[in-house]
Amino acid sequence: MWNLIVRHLNDLVAVALFVIGFADLLFQKNMIKKVIGLNVMDSSIYLLLASQGYITGRKAPIITDGVTSAEYYINPIPSGLVLTGIVVSVSVTALLLSMTIRMYKKYHSLDLDYCLMMARGEG
Amino acid sequence: MDFIKNFPFFSIMLSMFCAIVLSVLNRKAAKYMTRIVLGAVVCLSVAVLFFTIKRGESYVYFMGHFPAPWGNEIRFGCLESLFSLFVSLIAFLSVVAGTKAVEDDVEDRKENLFYILVCLMTSSLLAMSYTNDLFTGYVFIEINTIAGCGLIMVRQIGKTTVTAIRYMVISILGSGLFLMGVTLLYTLTGHLLMSNIKESVAVLAKSGEYRVQFTIVIGLMLVGLAIKSGLFPFHLWIPDAYGQSNVVSSSLLSSTVSKGYIFLLIKIFVRTIGFDVIKSCGVLYICFTLGVVAMILGSVMALHEKSFRRMIAYSSIAQIGYIYMGIGLGTAAGVAAAIFHIFAHGATKSLLFISSSEFTEGSHTKTIDELKGLGYKYKFSAFCYSVGAFSIVGFPLLAGFVSKLLLGGAAIGHGAMQWIALLALAVSTILNAIYFLRTVIYLFIPDKAGEEKKQDMVPAYSMNCEDYVFGILILVMINLVLGLASGPIINIINNGLDIFS
Repeated sequence: MWNLIVRHLNDLVAVALFVIGFADLLFQKNMIKKVIGLNVMDSSIYLLLASQGYITGRKAPIITDGVTSAEYYINPIPSGLVLTGIVVSVSVTALLLSMTIRMYKKYHSLDLDYCLMMARGEG
Repeated sequence: MDFIKNFPFFSIMLSMFCAIVLSVLNRKAAKYMTRIVLGAVVCLSVAVLFFTIKRGESYVYFMGHFPAPWGNEIRFGCLESLFSLFVSLIAFLSVVAGTKAVEDDVEDRKENLFYILVCLMTSSLLAMSYTNDLFTGYVFIEINTIAGCGLIMVRQIGKTTVTAIRYMVISILGSGLFLMGVTLLYTLTGHLLMSNIKESVAVLAKSGEYRVQFTIVIGLMLVGLAIKSGLFPFHLWIPDAYGQSNVVSSSLLSSTVSKGYIFLLIKIFVRTIGFDVIKSCGVLYICFTLGVVAMILGSVMALHEKSFRRMIAYSSIAQIGYIYMGIGLGTAAGVAAAIFHIFAHGATKSLLFISSSEFTEGSHTKTIDELKGLGYKYKFSAFCYSVGAFSIVGFPLLAGFVSKLLLGGAAIGHGAMQWIALLALAVSTILNAIYFLRTVIYLFIPDKAGEEKKQDMVPAYSMNCEDYVFGILILVMINLVLGLASGPIINIINNGLDIFS
């Protein structure tokens, strides 16, 4: 049992972080906390991807010392996916934060529920 | 002839580069450039559609320098090209017909930014329909979300910001779940390309391994895409988003953006994982149940709604329910009916939203009660709105009738599900008829009390805006074509589904 947990520690942590981030994004009222939740959620997926692509004892997939055999390197595709994913989540975070600033300027609050209520009141 | 194989790639890139170029153009140039590019994309999609119908098979197009298991691919058969034609045509017509509404709502200096978002949305939808790679699908889902969020925000009244934030937050929850699903599927099968995944899934399903894991993956993807397309328990953002934004944005969001996610879901179900595996893990019952509940509850909520635009938005929830019910039936006929309903609802809903703009913008009408007598002032729009309303209710000769007939036909022979589906169809159609025909009747009630109010109304768009008349008339014609000449389109859908798997 203990061995199993140690072997899959990365995956377990990733799933736990995913749940935490997801709940944060869903239930927090404060926009900044929501954005933090978004980043925790996305990072957990990148952790899962990166740990799935890692093979113990091998090196990063950049050719060093002229060794071209695939046996020496880890799987490069998950790393590529993580990079792409980071770019996507950075742009989403930037957009969400900029909209939060707009909302704060208009309603002087970061509480999404309160701002929704105020917006409804406008008719 | 083989040169046509490049067209799907060209159409994605054309609209994406157009979005970049538009950022430095002024208002007028941006408007015409968008029209030209979207028109060109329509022509390219038509060419691809005829090419694939003629050859009767699907093609794979290499991206980059790496062959199949590693590289990225575009794949197109007749279904993908039909969907791309639908997306680009609706985008083109919405932009043309809504020119006036865009000029009214968007600040003068920023109009090119609106057109950037339209081009970005079109290109991401095209990519979602053509791509053969799940991770590419995810990236374009996010681009689509960002474009959709911008489309809600273009109308600069304070509350659209809050609405857009909520849309964004809910969408991000959906794409997070979808990305988790893609990641887990990659770790299970070792592939990202849809055709390769299907081979490995077939092997794994035969040996009975990873049954629970596959159910989790399918569930994550289904819930993720259902959240983004606004299926029933995740529909809370729809009324605000469609009801407050600019009419062109509402029409694009409801008839193309949410449909793009559903099309991707169908691709994942039929092409990536295989419908047999999906059926055996019971996820389709969730689709079916939620779809049926959405059909009824969406209509009930629309019935209670006082605001005109929000009522049309609520009806979208019910229509999304129809599509999910079709998928949930679990047969090829059900999926074909769902795909036909995607087209029928897209054509109808964009017609309804854009023709309603003349009432809401021209006379500042917000509630349904205020519609009284407007049909005499804005004759053209009232006529076109009525066509849309009749179509969505399901009058014969129009698109909505055929899709309801197909859904009903697909439901027959399913035991208990048959009665539930048929009953839900009947109840939902009656409710649809009540709330849509109410607006049509209100439009043509002579209203004495409102006579003096009408003096300060804006004159009809149809008098001085040829673009509006042109776009709306084509949308009416698409509705008629989908209703009268549905046979060839259903054939294309069935052939496309055959070569899908």
